Amino acid sequence: MLEFERDLDELRDHIAELERDAGADSNSHVARELAVLQLELEARTADIFAHLTPWQRVQVARHPQRPHTQDYIDRLCSDFTELHGDRRYADDPSVVAGLATFEGRSVIVVGHQKGRSTTENVERNFGMAHPEGFRKALRLFDMAERFGRPVLTFLDTPGASPSLDDEKRGQSWAIAENMARLARLRVPVIVTVIGEGGSGGALALGVGDRVLMLEHAIYSVASPEAAAAIIWRDSDHAEEAAVALRLTAPDLLRAGLIDRVVPEPDGGAHRDLDAAATNLRAQLAPMLQELCAEDIDDLVNARYAKFRAMGEHQHVPTG
Amino acid sequence: MAVRRRGGVQNYPDVPVDLWVTCRKCGGMHYRPEFEAALRVCPSCNYHDRLDAAERIVLLLDDPGHFRELDADITAADPLEFSRPNGSYVDRVAKARALTSRNEAIVCGVGPLQGRPVALGVMEFGFIAGSMGSATGEKITRLFEHALRHRLPVITVTASGGARQDEGLFALMQMARTTAASARLSEAGLPHICVMADPTLAGVTASFAAVADIIIGEPGATIRFAGSRVVQGTLRRRAPVEDHTAEWVLRQGMIDLVIPRRELRETVARVIDHLAPAPAMAAAPAATRAARV
Repeated sequence: MLEFERDLDELRDHIAELERDAGADSNSHVARELAVLQLELEARTADIFAHLTPWQRVQVARHPQRPHTQDYIDRLCSDFTELHGDRRYADDPSVVAGLATFEGRSVIVVGHQKGRSTTENVERNFGMAHPEGFRKALRLFDMAERFGRPVLTFLDTPGASPSLDDEKRGQSWAIAENMARLARLRVPVIVTVIGEGGSGGALALGVGDRVLMLEHAIYSVASPEAAAAIIWRDSDHAEEAAVALRLTAPDLLRAGLIDRVVPEPDGGAHRDLDAAATNLRAQLAPMLQELCAEDIDDLVNARYAKFRAMGEHQHVPTG
Repeated sequence: MAVRRRGGVQNYPDVPVDLWVTCRKCGGMHYRPEFEAALRVCPSCNYHDRLDAAERIVLLLDDPGHFRELDADITAADPLEFSRPNGSYVDRVAKARALTSRNEAIVCGVGPLQGRPVALGVMEFGFIAGSMGSATGEKITRLFEHALRHRLPVITVTASGGARQDEGLFALMQMARTTAASARLSEAGLPHICVMADPTLAGVTASFAAVADIIIGEPGATIRFAGSRVVQGTLRRRAPVEDHTAEWVLRQGMIDLVIPRRELRETVARVIDHLAPAPAMAAAPAATRAARV
């Protein structure tokens, strides 16, 4: 539980207790009190989540109960068939990928996958993909193009795995090759940042025709801890880094770096996974239909122009 | 030892200024005129010391006087109004401009290499550690687009700490943008040769540099994805430095060649000739304005 959620949880416990005590004989007095408390809970939740600090958003984005890629796939798609391995080295459980049906259409889905329990997180490397994870994704991007299937990606990673073994297997190359491939892929690509969009490891699945972001997701040049390590030379300054980096969805929408913010249910996506998925479906479905109707050359050119426009520079007189 | 590693070529305080240099890697002391004549390659440990963009252009082109610089007027904006404990981003950029006489962390242009025109982008490590911000990305993208329009091969020389944190997600997106530009050049059948100099790190290694057709490492150059501070910050353990040299990356199969500085120009020219036979020099835009090198 997050610290700023503690008050809400106490209130929630109190309501549950009252409901239990009231039992079958729901006299009007208790019912009225329950209704008032329920309203108060909703109001306080809405208030807290309307004023989250960047650091609180980081915590919500990393909430262990937050829906991860597999949760969205389960709710958005039918007949998901997970495909494994990069056919080069290994299968990387920190990336899930496969074939699925979304809104009656065959699609390729790829996303970073975090775990819930410690055991699962160790297996999934906390959602930090290895080169073989990115190369599994690349294999599926190629397949998507070959069979003319659109691609949906889900971003949820603190960053690409930075260990010596990852360096050995060419982490930089894996990331760069995925960006290059996605930038020119001749099928529609929709990217959704569902939790943590951390650095190059996120961007390796993040080049698409549209980029959506969940309301409390974050997207950043480096995780706040890594940025703090670079800027302050001390990862304990992560909270300051989170503010300075402008990594929240509303900030990035204003900056023109993402296309849409997907609203989350009250209290965050982890409070209601189904509602979170429903909100995302409402945005994805018409968008995908629209992109699939476009001429593919126009689409690839527009994708180039979209990323071409990301950046701010100025001109100065030269001597 | 720590001071030598961090500080680069430094003068001992008790020897005449400018006469002696110490190697950044091994700490060996060398007579400066000889060191310079050896193209700043350490005679003891073969470390290839950092060059600035101007020295690099002299090293690579036939006649640096015919280098025509492109987009020299582009410089960083401050999209995040970013400040570090040791100063604002605006101040850092101003200092870097004063220090390097460049407006950004890369110098781009067109010039002759063994009689043929090439598009050349050389990173300036002295400019905020060669980090890639929006303006850097803009210049790299324009270089690829210029090369595509005029059907020129591209040579990039990387020396960079990675994405410029001060520009947040704008900086990250330069990875996508420059990589897309390189991919488009590739589709058009034009070669991109990347020379990874010391150091080539993180957001630059993992973007346009890594997708080059041919990658040449400079001897002893540090080439890696995760910088040591990031590794320490996220994995809470120290990253060994010796595992990330050009020679090591070559052994892992990630780059094509490690070439001594003295042979670099000839090697780059040769591989370009194999991939894209040279048109007549006249077919390229006239190299008019002399470069400031």
